[in-house]
Amino acid sequence: MMEARKYVWEGAIPLQIHLHESEVTTLPPPLPALILAPRIGYLPLLVPHIKPHFSSTLPPGIDTVWFDYKGLPLKWYIPTGILFDLLCAEPERPWNLTVHFRGYPGNILIPCEGEDSVKWSFINSLKEAAYIINGNCKSVMNMSQPDQVELWRSVINGNLEAYIRVSSKLKLGTVGDEYAADLYSSSLNSRQSIGDTDSTGQVKTGRVPIRLYVWSVNEDFDDLEDAPQIDSWDKISYINRPVEIHGEEGKCFTLLDAVKSLLPEYFPYKSLNNEESSREEDKDEEKVPSENLSEHVESCYSSDDAEVKLVRIQGIEPKLEIPFSWVVNNLVNPEHFLHLCVCLKLPQVKIPSDT
Amino acid sequence: MDILSWDGTLSSGDFRLAACAFMQKWKSVMSAFPPWSWVPCPKQPWGASASHDVEGYLSLENIILSCYAQEEHDEISCPQKEETSCSEKEELIDIATLVQSNCSKVPYYDLHIIYSASYRVPVLFFRAYYSDGEPLGFNAIEKDLPAHSAKALLDSKWTFITQEEHPYLNRPWFKLHPCGTSEWMKLLFHVDVSVAKNGVTIELYLLSWLSVVGQVVGLRIPLEMLNQP
Repeated sequence: MMEARKYVWEGAIPLQIHLHESEVTTLPPPLPALILAPRIGYLPLLVPHIKPHFSSTLPPGIDTVWFDYKGLPLKWYIPTGILFDLLCAEPERPWNLTVHFRGYPGNILIPCEGEDSVKWSFINSLKEAAYIINGNCKSVMNMSQPDQVELWRSVINGNLEAYIRVSSKLKLGTVGDEYAADLYSSSLNSRQSIGDTDSTGQVKTGRVPIRLYVWSVNEDFDDLEDAPQIDSWDKISYINRPVEIHGEEGKCFTLLDAVKSLLPEYFPYKSLNNEESSREEDKDEEKVPSENLSEHVESCYSSDDAEVKLVRIQGIEPKLEIPFSWVVNNLVNPEHFLHLCVCLKLPQVKIPSDT
Repeated sequence: MDILSWDGTLSSGDFRLAACAFMQKWKSVMSAFPPWSWVPCPKQPWGASASHDVEGYLSLENIILSCYAQEEHDEISCPQKEETSCSEKEELIDIATLVQSNCSKVPYYDLHIIYSASYRVPVLFFRAYYSDGEPLGFNAIEKDLPAHSAKALLDSKWTFITQEEHPYLNRPWFKLHPCGTSEWMKLLFHVDVSVAKNGVTIELYLLSWLSVVGQVVGLRIPLEMLNQP
């Protein structure tokens, strides 16, 4: 387990950063800055390393730093590795980005005041993850000041050992060690753990913090280079919703299962495993909604289902049959969210003949 | 729903039900305001239809919330709305300073109530702008908030405003942070015995919730209305 996490923490993207031409006031224009950006880090954290490279050429004024990729302003609170996985279907090395020190697009991007903003966003996400996993944010809110500082520093410096030391106090656990020791077997079918109750008698459900970024294509493409360029954030569907893991006897909950559970309108599943159905005692009632659903789906789509073409996590594309628990334990980001970049091929929609 | 063991949260299906009930109740309780609408949100920008779990949010836009609204707005005719000569404008401005506001500086609000799957509670997103479309920044909004009640709420650990990206619209909006919501919603319903007796939690959830968070933006919901069936 340590091996994979180490690779994730050590992963980095080579960036070639160009100053936006409108901000170049000297001739010859400065060369682009070359920097290795940690995958689990954030672009604003690179600014202290980039700025010296350009400061002599900048126009006078106050810095409001932002980045763009082929004109698309980059959301600074998304970890660098995820931006790369999402926006570069065919990985571009080095990744060519443009930096701006002026003219912050405040109508599109939320404000960023350097490291403090990034830290705040990180802690906020960590609280959200804690809430999803434990049902409350207490462990994060009760962190001592030195622990908070050390946690943040471990992320900035990519120090996995230090991070583990502090974050283990947060009791955010790992999927798998709550259920069974063996990560590779069907560790999720242990009945006793699904039904585990804590001291208040409430049943713990396995909720996993996920951030899903979905982009779609209408046709098959063989080469990722042929995949359409994402030139607007409106082309990406962002889904911030936990995955509920319900172990089934003898079955392993796979990565594909997890992705499909987050996209129910494309993958209507036979057993409704959401809260509404779990309250339903009557099996007949349970059947009815799914029957209606499959009728409805048939009327909209041809026999082709939507197809998950690509799932990219931390720059890798695991086999979709991989146990989801392994993915969660090893590929999660420091704020305890698993970020999944998914490319979906849409089913062919029947076009009515009278249009 | 057993009130005593309820943890203050809602499933997404319950939120949809609560939203329907809320829109109805709002029309009768807050008739001075325009009605809320439900904005269905296909998750995908390419317009997926067919959903057994219709995602969406509640929207109320272009409203005046603050104390400017009820008292002064009717009395002052807005300079922008009619053609006025220079001197007329000056007169209006003089009147405005007496009542502490200039009509063109009355902020309009857009309110969205969006379900958070992480916290399993509704979250208030809002933005404000002047009649000329100029958006209000965080400091301006803070100044605009009604003094006492909002300050108390903002100082508490349970409610604070952040600027975050709207979950659907890819734009920065203000958001009232949700992490304490389930706790105080639970308290709210424990305190109100009549609600516990009638077991009408879902129907009253959003109106009760908004009666608390709405105060932060100057929205006042008369509490006695909540006890109506």
